Amino acid sequence: MASATCVICESQVKLPDDCTKGELLICADCGTELEVINLDPIAVEEAPQVQEDWGE
Amino acid sequence: MALLIIFTRLRLEEKLLNEAAKRENIPCELRNVTDFYYGGGNFCAPGDVVLARCVSHNQNESVAALLESENVRVVNPSGVMRLCGNKLSTTLALQTAKIPQPNFRIAFTPESALEASRELGFPVVCKPILGSWGRLLAKVNDPEAAEAVLEHKSMLGAMHNVFYIQEYIEKGGFDVRAFVVNGEPICAINRTSEHWITNTARGGRATNFTMDGDVEELLKRTHDTIGGEFLAVDLFNSGGRWLVNEVNDGGEFRNSIEPTGVDIPGAVVRAAWEARVR
Repeated sequence: MASATCVICESQVKLPDDCTKGELLICADCGTELEVINLDPIAVEEAPQVQEDWGE
Repeated sequence: MALLIIFTRLRLEEKLLNEAAKRENIPCELRNVTDFYYGGGNFCAPGDVVLARCVSHNQNESVAALLESENVRVVNPSGVMRLCGNKLSTTLALQTAKIPQPNFRIAFTPESALEASRELGFPVVCKPILGSWGRLLAKVNDPEAAEAVLEHKSMLGAMHNVFYIQEYIEKGGFDVRAFVVNGEPICAINRTSEHWITNTARGGRATNFTMDGDVEELLKRTHDTIGGEFLAVDLFNSGGRWLVNEVNDGGEFRNSIEPTGVDIPGAVVRAAWEARVR
């Protein structure tokens, strides 16, 4: 199972098998919400904060 | 020919839609359009249909409008997004169609908004014209609180200089979220909360709600007014009378599948796929 390094606490975060670019992951150690920005090579960054026009 | 589910933030809903398309044997692709730009070539193949699910309303509507300019069929159409994304536009459409909704006032200064609130009668609800998930809603109980909220809103920028004031509805601790696909109500949930905001995004609990003929008729009239392949309509019950509170074009449904037992994502992808040949 692939994993990424949390950009905040540097712990390893597992990626699901069917992971897609844009998917959100939660770092189990520090709770940071991470967004998968690339799959090859795997890269994550802090997910953007909620914007004013987000929603349904 | 394929169904393209476009997104900028992959929520559970977009995953469920993709899985539903696979179950339905609909050729489907999840496409992240975060880095999309217009004019760089063909976005999709002739005959493709796009299910627009960007979490940003502005971006969703913009991408939809750009694709439609190239004769791509988008679900929901950008015109539906335009109506649903702006609460004043929704309200005016409902009013024109004589669909019952909470009383409202629109003002353009904090002073006139205060006067409108007094005239409507406290408590009132101040709503942003643009927004979702119960964000920046304010229940205002008296004139002093109104002065404070309205002054703060006046400092929040251009999107907040149209003051939408709604009558506060004593809705008995619940509202109803109903899902309408291709004009047909398919299921609904009852959202219950001790808090006056009952959105499930804010902790409201979802249970199945069995629609009666009155509710189904109201939902069909709402769809006739707004249009679109997939709508999520919020209803209040006030003294036995149903009111349409909001109409959403990009409804989230993760909390509604289990209580209703209805395959909402399956219905949505079937409707989107059928739309390609219309």
